Amino acid sequence: MQDIGQALSLAFALVMSGDGDLYEIVALSLRVSLSAMAVACLIGLPVGALVAISRFRGRGLVLVVMNALMGLPPVVVGLLVYLHFSRAGPLGFLGLLYTPTAMIVAQTILIAPIVAALSRQVLEDLNGEYAEQFRSLALSRRHMVGALLWDARYSLMTVALAGFGRAVAEVGAVIIVGGNIDHLTRVMTTAIALETSKGELALALALGIVLLAIALGVNAAVHLLRQTGARLAYV
Amino acid sequence: MSDVRAIPLVRQGARPVACPLMPLEVRDLVLGFGDTVVLNGIDLELGAEGCTAIMGPNGVGKSLLLKLLHGLIEPTSGRISWAGQRPGAVIARQAMVFQKPVLLRRTVAANLDFVVRTRGLDRSRVHALLDHVGLAHKADHPARRLSGGEAQRLALARALAIDPEVLFLDEPTASLDPASAHAIETIVGQARDRGMRVILVTHDVGQAKRLADDVVFLNRGRVVEAAPATTFFPIPQSQAARDYLTGKLVF
Repeated sequence: MQDIGQALSLAFALVMSGDGDLYEIVALSLRVSLSAMAVACLIGLPVGALVAISRFRGRGLVLVVMNALMGLPPVVVGLLVYLHFSRAGPLGFLGLLYTPTAMIVAQTILIAPIVAALSRQVLEDLNGEYAEQFRSLALSRRHMVGALLWDARYSLMTVALAGFGRAVAEVGAVIIVGGNIDHLTRVMTTAIALETSKGELALALALGIVLLAIALGVNAAVHLLRQTGARLAYV
Repeated sequence: MSDVRAIPLVRQGARPVACPLMPLEVRDLVLGFGDTVVLNGIDLELGAEGCTAIMGPNGVGKSLLLKLLHGLIEPTSGRISWAGQRPGAVIARQAMVFQKPVLLRRTVAANLDFVVRTRGLDRSRVHALLDHVGLAHKADHPARRLSGGEAQRLALARALAIDPEVLFLDEPTASLDPASAHAIETIVGQARDRGMRVILVTHDVGQAKRLADDVVFLNRGRVVEAAPATTFFPIPQSQAARDYLTGKLVF
């Protein structure tokens, strides 16, 4: 087995060389996880906002379930999606198993509850400030949700980032529904798992470096945006 | 205040008309929280025009009465009727300016634009309103970076944007400097003169004298006195009102 120092230097060389396989895997990872994040935001943000502004019987139970779903085990989600998309499953006719779309679906299921639960908390706090003014303006529920989502946009970026982080880093669900097929469904995490099991630490480390760089870059971008928002008193 | 324009913004050219939501009738209104009764049997009738000042010592429930009248909170018991309608049914025809203005995390103009858009009104009134309250030059500034007086003027412009028939003001000039307070009073006075029914909570006796046509004085959760301003201030009928006006009754 290569030692870590050698593997690291090989990894950097791989990153700098513009290796086609490496960048194909990175590009697919980003496509899958960013798509999942976008769909999860489309579902999770309105759900979070509606729960934030609503008072109804059983709301406490809904909150408990929403929070509990944040901890969904990826392999369980992967298995459920697999069962639905497999040939004998109810959605088997779609032929989506072992495709990036199936991976997006699995990751969306994983992170939509995170987006919904975290945004609910952010929006409920903001609604505490706005609620009386909203009532005075006789706003419709749709306008309230729209205003809350827009005014909390900087905080919600962090929520979306938390979802993206969970999606891009998970391996259990995508390996089950994607199958880790070379040039088709291989993403960074599944490739790292595979290369590590083969003892090919250079590629695994190179992908790890890229994964860390993406996490740092996205966090830095959101941090800068939030700083801008804070400077304008929009946070 | 020089930057507040004396432009009649709403119902331009029209003579003041009686507010169609009036008269306001309040019967045996009670508001309590647990064992604490804040308002205890409020009876009140307000006429169709002018400005009413609700006055009284701290903690007597003036702001809560305003919120009850506007339909923001529900009474424990009793009845509020705006020309025969419940507060909840007419809330969209009224507007309220809170003591601490709640501004959206947007620019000054976007705060007004939001209200104008949600009501389906002509968006060109945003700049007319900003001009009216002397904030046109700050249209693109973040609203939450405004000074206290500017923020209150923006809140007032937002309230006026929907052209309400009744305007509630909850201590709109508390903690503002005299120039800012004067600017607010000028705008409110113009709205009242155009026929908007104004109901104002204030501790400022001078302000009540300048703006109010009649005064409702609360003490210990009840209406102690309701009288025209021209008689309330020179010859208050109750001991509590006399003590309040001479600074002896604070709590």
